[in-house]
Amino acid sequence: MRLQLSPELEAFREEMRTFFTTAIPQEIRDTVAAHRHVTREQYIESQRILNAAGLAVPHWPVEWGGRDWTPLQRHIWREEMQLAGVPEPLAFNATMIGPVLAAFGSQEQKERFLPATANLDIWWCQGFSEPDAGSDLASLRTTAVRDGDDWVVNGQKTWTTLGQYADWIFCLVRTDPTAEKRQRGISMLLFPMDTPGVTLRPIELIDGGHEVNEVFFEDVRVPAENLVGEENRGWDYAKFLLGNERTGIARVGATKKLLAQAKDYAREITVDGTPLSQDPLMARRIAELENEVLALELTALRVVADSAGGKQNPASSVLKLRGSELQQAATELVVDIAGPLSLASFADGGSDVPDWARVATPTYLNYRKVSIYGGSNEVQRTIIAGTILGL
Amino acid sequence: MDFTFDNEQNDLREAVRGLLERAYGDSEQRRKVVANDPGFDEKTWSQLAEMGLLGLPFAEDHGGMGAGPIEVAIVAEEIGRVLAPEPFVEVVVLAGGLVSAVGTDEQKSEILGGIAEGSTVAAFAHAEPGTRWSSSASGVGATRSGDAWTLDGVKEPVPNGARADVLVVSAAVDGGTGLFLVPGDAPGLTRTGYRTHDGGRAANLRFDGTPATLLGTGGDQTAAIERALAEARIGYAHEAVGAMDTALRTTAEYLKARKQFGVTLNKFQALTFRAADMYVSLELARSTALWASMVQDAGGDVVTAADRARLQSSRAGRHIGKEAIQLHGGIGVTAEYKVGHYTSRLTAIDHLLGDGDWAAARLAQKVDGYPTVDPLGAPYA
Repeated sequence: MRLQLSPELEAFREEMRTFFTTAIPQEIRDTVAAHRHVTREQYIESQRILNAAGLAVPHWPVEWGGRDWTPLQRHIWREEMQLAGVPEPLAFNATMIGPVLAAFGSQEQKERFLPATANLDIWWCQGFSEPDAGSDLASLRTTAVRDGDDWVVNGQKTWTTLGQYADWIFCLVRTDPTAEKRQRGISMLLFPMDTPGVTLRPIELIDGGHEVNEVFFEDVRVPAENLVGEENRGWDYAKFLLGNERTGIARVGATKKLLAQAKDYAREITVDGTPLSQDPLMARRIAELENEVLALELTALRVVADSAGGKQNPASSVLKLRGSELQQAATELVVDIAGPLSLASFADGGSDVPDWARVATPTYLNYRKVSIYGGSNEVQRTIIAGTILGL
Repeated sequence: MDFTFDNEQNDLREAVRGLLERAYGDSEQRRKVVANDPGFDEKTWSQLAEMGLLGLPFAEDHGGMGAGPIEVAIVAEEIGRVLAPEPFVEVVVLAGGLVSAVGTDEQKSEILGGIAEGSTVAAFAHAEPGTRWSSSASGVGATRSGDAWTLDGVKEPVPNGARADVLVVSAAVDGGTGLFLVPGDAPGLTRTGYRTHDGGRAANLRFDGTPATLLGTGGDQTAAIERALAEARIGYAHEAVGAMDTALRTTAEYLKARKQFGVTLNKFQALTFRAADMYVSLELARSTALWASMVQDAGGDVVTAADRARLQSSRAGRHIGKEAIQLHGGIGVTAEYKVGHYTSRLTAIDHLLGDGDWAAARLAQKVDGYPTVDPLGAPYA
């Protein structure tokens, strides 16, 4: 038991902090800090700077750009990146398909895709959820039928985040509808989004933004070499991918940053001449939330420190559940600080409402998603009750 | 940064758990012990002393083991795990901590030595009727006459106040709050003990011109009291974690065993989801308690760290305590079954040295003074 970081880790943290706050253009970091829309170009520019410094995919195998860091180093890397307002390496590339290909892809696939994936030369999107397959992903119905050297894909995906920017999709398809266990009849295919027969339809969200899409497949021909790993083993790869998706999903650094911003905002707003920050109820609400985030951060540190031995600490399941709740609580806090100003949500020019108050409600509404994606919080409770408590 | 216990610490936990398991593994045994004064088992108390646990944090020069906050945390958690009624936090961490912090060498050798060998039960007489969770005293005053001091006023509720061999008493003095030693059988001291809902004992202590000895060299001891209370709050946070752990485990076992509507209760998602939320509360409280002990060990701002642990364990203790009973159903409210006693003890811990709202209000006063909480940086590390 020791609180302090070792001098080496302290230096590592400083190195990360310096890099993130100096090497990534201020304009991009300001966009993230303001909770404004990060453009495709900004994502790419940021990830390429990170990749050139070896900081885009440190968790990958070393031969494909990984750094062989300890879990604690990865934690510090992620935290500092979030605190600095750096857009994280695109999750679909860095934490989803990249590690899957590194673990299960053919040598040709690795050489073809991994360097381009790390550098965001290819923008990937995720073809998992379907209208009738949400939390119950294994019930997916998109099919792929073998025809000569091709797979022919038909069906529909949904919730495809940033699909409008994507070059390629990694897609779960049913290749054996007769499999006794439905999980055993699923495969993973890779194909370009401009393949004939692929149609993308945007889904407008309650925040007014366009972030997710429906994707339709009509006789889409995919070369057989674009199958990941083995036929009908796609469920294993999907589970591996979702396990990775849940690491770092607590987003503690981002929530801490938002709380720090909330304190600033509360100083800007006055109530009968007194800053809102001095209202005892507001101060207490912030203090409580801050303590909850602290408890979560400490739990994350416990988990990363423990997982060094290879065995996951069971407390890790708390991270997604509580992390999403606290992200939501922080966005809700900002809306409440903005108060009536939060109505100016779509104001553009000619408004005296500060930018943070304008984005407050759209962000709050948008963040309802975080307790749903990556395994909904109800799925997390099921995991805790089942695997930890034995219920 | 390292959140793992070393081998010696794991051995310590095993040894403490073994001893307490023998004493209280059967919860009926605890019921028998707490039914009679002094509310704990003098034999188990002696065994804790023989194992060196009652002198754990004291300097070796004063009969202690010279161990650190992590070891104290381990013992407190094991106490909580079986709801051992022996007042470890109260006597060793709080009363002993005060003597250790401000006593003269002679006082330390005598009192800490006595606590360590199990012959002295010390109690901190601090709470006063009509006030709440302060680090100063106002209801008991100290009067000086030459080198001699006398105390007047009322302290209540004082945990173990009727059983204590020696009382550490806070009293208003010119310019602040002083600390005094009063033997349990001092003239002019009337002690009225009673049971508390959690099986413990507390007392009304009436001082009427009671002769007292200055603890240490005098002066305002508010800061020392604040610090000792903080260390005790951290101790209680660990005791609460132990108790919450058992309350949750017991509840989960019950859900698997109890049948209604033809199936075991764990078939009802309405119940298992609530148990999952209890687990979340427990682990967050555990992380915060461990961190607070590490802050203490590192010489950081232990008072703020203790408030943070207090807030977290208070919220968690209420959540888990209430849900443990509800998920059991009627049997959870009975004295025959153990889980309700855990809720009762968690409720007592919550109100002994400041509850969650109290801690939150203290943290709220500082919240505008820094941008973010860095658990590994200033002022904690």
